[in-house]
Amino acid sequence: MKSPQNMKPWLLSGPAFVLFLVLLLIPLVMTFMLSFNSFSFYGGIEDVYTFGNYIEVLGDSYFYEIFLRTFLIALITTVFCVLLGVPEAYILLRMRPLARSIMLLVVLGPLLISVVVRTLGWAILLGNNGVINELLQSLGLITSPVKMLYTSGGIVAALVHVMIPFMIIAVWAALQRRDPSAEQAAESLGASPVKVFTRIVLPQAMPGILSGSLIVFSLSASAFATPAILGGRRVKVVSTTVYDEFLNTLNWPLGAAIAVLLLASVLVIMLSWNRLIEKRYTGVFE
Amino acid sequence: MSFLEIKALTKRFSETTAVEDFSLTVERGEFVSLLGPSGCGKTTTLQMIAGFEQPTSGSIILHGRNLAKIPARKRGLGIVFQTYALFPHMTVEQNVAFGLEMRGIPEPDRRQKVAAALDLVKLSHLAKRLPKAMSGGQRQRVALARALVIEPELLLLDEPLSNLDAKLREEMQLELRRIQQEAGVTTLLVTHDQSEAMALSDRIAVMQSGRLMQLGTPFDTYETPKSTFISNFLGKTNCLNARLVSTTGTASTLVINGIEVSGPSVNLLPGDVMASLRPERIDIVESSDGHTEAKVLERIFLGDQWLFRLETKLGELLVVRRNRGRREAEPGENVFIVWQPEHLQILPASRESA
Ligand SMILES: Nc1ncnc2c1ncn2[C@@H]1O[C@H](COP(=O)(O)OP(=O)(O)OP(=O)(O)O)[C@@H](O)[C@H]1O
Ligand SMILES: [Mg+2]
Repeated sequence: MKSPQNMKPWLLSGPAFVLFLVLLLIPLVMTFMLSFNSFSFYGGIEDVYTFGNYIEVLGDSYFYEIFLRTFLIALITTVFCVLLGVPEAYILLRMRPLARSIMLLVVLGPLLISVVVRTLGWAILLGNNGVINELLQSLGLITSPVKMLYTSGGIVAALVHVMIPFMIIAVWAALQRRDPSAEQAAESLGASPVKVFTRIVLPQAMPGILSGSLIVFSLSASAFATPAILGGRRVKVVSTTVYDEFLNTLNWPLGAAIAVLLLASVLVIMLSWNRLIEKRYTGVFE
Repeated sequence: MSFLEIKALTKRFSETTAVEDFSLTVERGEFVSLLGPSGCGKTTTLQMIAGFEQPTSGSIILHGRNLAKIPARKRGLGIVFQTYALFPHMTVEQNVAFGLEMRGIPEPDRRQKVAAALDLVKLSHLAKRLPKAMSGGQRQRVALARALVIEPELLLLDEPLSNLDAKLREEMQLELRRIQQEAGVTTLLVTHDQSEAMALSDRIAVMQSGRLMQLGTPFDTYETPKSTFISNFLGKTNCLNARLVSTTGTASTLVINGIEVSGPSVNLLPGDVMASLRPERIDIVESSDGHTEAKVLERIFLGDQWLFRLETKLGELLVVRRNRGRREAEPGENVFIVWQPEHLQILPASRESA
């Protein structure tokens, strides 16, 4: 029999747990079950259990290409988010309080706007008759429009814009825990500003970079709106493929199998990345 | 020419003046403490010497070199920060080696110097540890080794012992003094702990609201403070409002609370003054024999000594008496007190009766 004191944590986390169970765990388990069912064009979904869907996906180079593209897009997006977000977070931290509040609002502002609206904005910028191409042409730098819409590059650009606040917030939180006098100490020992950043600040930002890249990578790998709008029908990623299987082909079991594979591979990548970084930078992790 | 010359150093922030007209000279190998209450500008002074704050005016000359235009990383000073500021992702060894690495010292030399520095602070056995797995005292010694290994011309210490518990602090004080003397490095220590300043320094610079109030050896500063503020800040004292009646070449006469008292000769005009009498200079005796009468109000046992609060005709007095293992007067008991007239310090009356 538990004492009331012991029950408190359970009671307090109860509502969140129920929400988690009903809205996430149950659909997830059902998707998992569904991925073992089979589908025929005339009979619809049949309640049998086979590995057929997995064999189909893993045996088809078409799906490999889609998975590879998805992870490449997610990887490059993550890399850009790290390259842009880490210095930005450090600069933000060193600003005066007023300027910092304003700049923080500018950085986080995009989160207040719907992803769809922001992505449509990118479509206007990137199109063949879009702002960028018109500008380059009128400057005489190019003669015919550069194809940017409906390319992986366009998707990466928009994803970086969407994801970078997550990276900045994560790195910001990690750097806020650091002792700023360590940088002064390094300086007094003869380190140049570049050395201070690479040898002292960057390693201490590592926990933030890790959690930031986990968020950015997983969100990018499973992003739907941005690749759907900017990738069009041709540049397909895993999430848009799942969508097509569910809503166009109506092959739910196959779609479920692809979704489960996406989830599993993202999990594996994230866990290995986590292990790698934590091992390399033990000193800065609590 | 002195080794370090600070001339008329001033630092103003938008609203406050942190340091004002601060001048100090330090000789090579000397250990000088900046002592003062919180917010009096000690850290700001140190930061200007280190090159992390730009002085509003005044100059700092180290070994004939004006530091004004030299950035912090080229000043070659060893600094120990209040928080130690160790690099959390580097082992003890890597922390200590960092400064040498930045100076481009080749690997074999580097290893030898790091080993010597760790030996000096007695941490050789922990060379491979990360800072987070060390105690406060150990971290402090790593910080010291890291600062000393670059063989700095000047060592700056910003309250390096303030995070340690009393016992460890005492141990580290002795250690710090030993290390400083072994390395023979000129040292400037910032502290608000008077006993630390007295235990470690060759000279003490007492600061109050950004200004240097008094500079001298610990003994001189303790024995002949220039103001009641300093006499109060350096140890305990009894401050009594007094009137100076007359002073000759050898002695003076004062009136405290209507009672005539004699004191040492002073260089002050007759009038209102403050008389300060250290608690340990007052003796408690049993025979009356012309001594001042007193009644014990309170008695506190401190282990090696007793602290008494007495009521006398002069006012309330604190008296400290070494514990000799004998019975001492109890609260409510009547006793007599006596002191040597020359132990009375006569100081100018201050408006803020500290
Ligand atoms: N960056 C700053 N901006 C404005 N005022 C400051 C700044 N740094 C320090 N001050 C002010 O200058 C004064 C001296 O500060 P300083 O840090 O030198 O004190 P300190 O003697 O080191 O005190 P403590 O013993 O508490 O460390 C304080 O009144 C402080 O509020
Ligand atoms: Mg300070």
